[in-house]
Amino acid sequence: MSEAIADRDIDRSQMQVSDEVAIQITGMNKWYGTFHVLKDINLTVNRGERIVIAGPSGSGKSTMIRCINRLEEHQQGQIIVDGTELSSDLKNIDKVRSEVGMVFQHFNLFPHLTIMENLTLAPIWVRKTPKKEAEEVAMHYLKKVKIPEQAHKYPGQLSGGQQQRVAIARSLCMKPRIMLFDEPTSALDPEMIKEVLDTMIELAEEGMTMLCVTHEMGFAQAVANRVIFMDQGQIVEQNEPYEFFNNPKSERTKLFLSQILGH
Amino acid sequence: MANPSKNNIAYVRTTMLTEQAPPITAAGPVLWIRTNLFSGPFNTIATLVGLYCVYWLVGHIGPWFLYSVWNANSLAECREILNGVNAACFGVIKDRWHQLLFGFYPPEAYWRPTLAFVLMIVAMAPILFESVPRKVLWFSAIFPALAFWLLWGGTIWFSVVGMLGFGIGYAVYRALVKNMLLATIAAVLVPILFWLFLLGPISGALSEALPIGIRKIDSDEFGGFMISIIIGVTGIALSLPIGVLLALGRKSDLLLVKWICVGFIEFIRGVPLITLLFTASLLLNYFLPPGTNFDIVLRVVIMVTLFAAAYMAEVIRGGLAALPQGQYEAADALGLDYWKAHRLIIMPQALKISIPGIVNTFIGLFKDTTLVVFIGILDPIGLSNAIRADSNWNGIYWELFGFIALCFFIFCFSMSRYSQYLENKLKTDHR
Repeated sequence: MSEAIADRDIDRSQMQVSDEVAIQITGMNKWYGTFHVLKDINLTVNRGERIVIAGPSGSGKSTMIRCINRLEEHQQGQIIVDGTELSSDLKNIDKVRSEVGMVFQHFNLFPHLTIMENLTLAPIWVRKTPKKEAEEVAMHYLKKVKIPEQAHKYPGQLSGGQQQRVAIARSLCMKPRIMLFDEPTSALDPEMIKEVLDTMIELAEEGMTMLCVTHEMGFAQAVANRVIFMDQGQIVEQNEPYEFFNNPKSERTKLFLSQILGH
Repeated sequence: MANPSKNNIAYVRTTMLTEQAPPITAAGPVLWIRTNLFSGPFNTIATLVGLYCVYWLVGHIGPWFLYSVWNANSLAECREILNGVNAACFGVIKDRWHQLLFGFYPPEAYWRPTLAFVLMIVAMAPILFESVPRKVLWFSAIFPALAFWLLWGGTIWFSVVGMLGFGIGYAVYRALVKNMLLATIAAVLVPILFWLFLLGPISGALSEALPIGIRKIDSDEFGGFMISIIIGVTGIALSLPIGVLLALGRKSDLLLVKWICVGFIEFIRGVPLITLLFTASLLLNYFLPPGTNFDIVLRVVIMVTLFAAAYMAEVIRGGLAALPQGQYEAADALGLDYWKAHRLIIMPQALKISIPGIVNTFIGLFKDTTLVVFIGILDPIGLSNAIRADSNWNGIYWELFGFIALCFFIFCFSMSRYSQYLENKLKTDHR
């Protein structure tokens, strides 16, 4: 796992955590029907933090980050993103969503639009950017994820890794201040994981605030400043990566780490 | 040319062979016939049976066409010319084609529906084909009013002021756009009130001040393929957007909207079209204030549209259901609101998936327009009865129905071909 990024030196000069709060979650609870999925989540994310959220499947980690841009609704507690509280107020929701980028496990590119159209759609329709300018920005980010030559193809013509990089570029085109990654490499073939992780590392090097749900522990060790371990809808343990991996405190964490690292 | 032999293994080719034509069994028509028609005993038998059927059909129908009579003024005259030969009497088509196309529309005004038909093709072109300049869409927008004026006649101001209603709706929407809900409701209500109460007086006053108009022609003179096309095209054009709204309504989180849409769809789908048409022709009059003359063609168009819209809604719902949830989530995550997400992301894909079903509904609707014969509108079928009622053509069936079937086939087959063209054009998944 970690070998995917072992051959890369990470430039930490821009990776600085500021005191400014980006996301504040207090006492958040969520139920699916009668099933209590998230239990009393308290989490403060400062600007510039790179947080990896790990945990067994069904532990609520995806649900938690999906609550941050209201793809899932929480029933109790408070979520404040960039000073805006998420409630049923649609204006606030749209505001938060345009500030928070999200990358999905299954990319979710729009298959009926070209890569360029995928990238410029939200800037043009949500931010009201002129088309030409939006295309310049899109090209900039396509170059950044190293696939400018694919701009006029359709998503179906790209490999999984390329599609996921396009999805990252699509989020970046909205100039988000926070990026959420929901298992971005889980649907990829092993040889494509690296290209996506590289893109994510570059993003981290530029100081982006990131929350990643991922099983890539190598990525966590290399770029995260904090690892959160969740189980049964609760935050069980959080620590800086070195301590987390080498000196886990909770029995659950130890068991989880032995299962995913111990082969 | 030295060939390798037993004694001498070493071999060098000195001249290269030139390409030769394949043997007759490996390419060309012989191969095609072998693989496609006579590849096995079953296939051979099927081919022979098929050939016999074709022979039998051509043998019977061929002469019917071959010896057909085009110049005759009555069935009796036809039979005289044929002198016992069993063949078609297309004289009836030649004699009455104008009736089959226009019904009892005044002959000196045939240019009006003809012009409207030609303009309809112009108006549809930019909607159907991307290569047509986008500016033509402005013409498509005013075409309904223009066609209404051409077909029914009267003063042009009625159409002009009627179109103005849309402009007023848009202006109201822009003025209130800050409050989306209020703006939407006002944009629908204000034009309706305008049409109900102001359209008549204003257009009346204008036509007195500046009388521009053509002869007024009433709906009961309409008929033939003209009426099929009026009902069919209007129904097709309106049922798609209404169907989209119903499908969205059925999936809505707003309970009231959802129930209304579900109730509407289930009611319409649970009732035969013919009962709706009878309602339109007979019952509606009881509910309307006495003296109101609510045009029968308009009533039928409304019923046919609503009927098709309910089916359309279900077809489109199928398309919506086939979209992965991720598409909604991606649109949400980018900050697109409900309408933008549906317009830009969801609907283009859902409609693309539903093309075969949508076109199916369209074709069904167009053919169902023949049902209006039961409420006394003279569509092509109704006219074939009317033509037979003339003693000259009493007893003629095949020729008339054949002609009507051919016309319907041309329309429906065009729709089918267009849908295939569209599916190919929109194919971007590259699977």
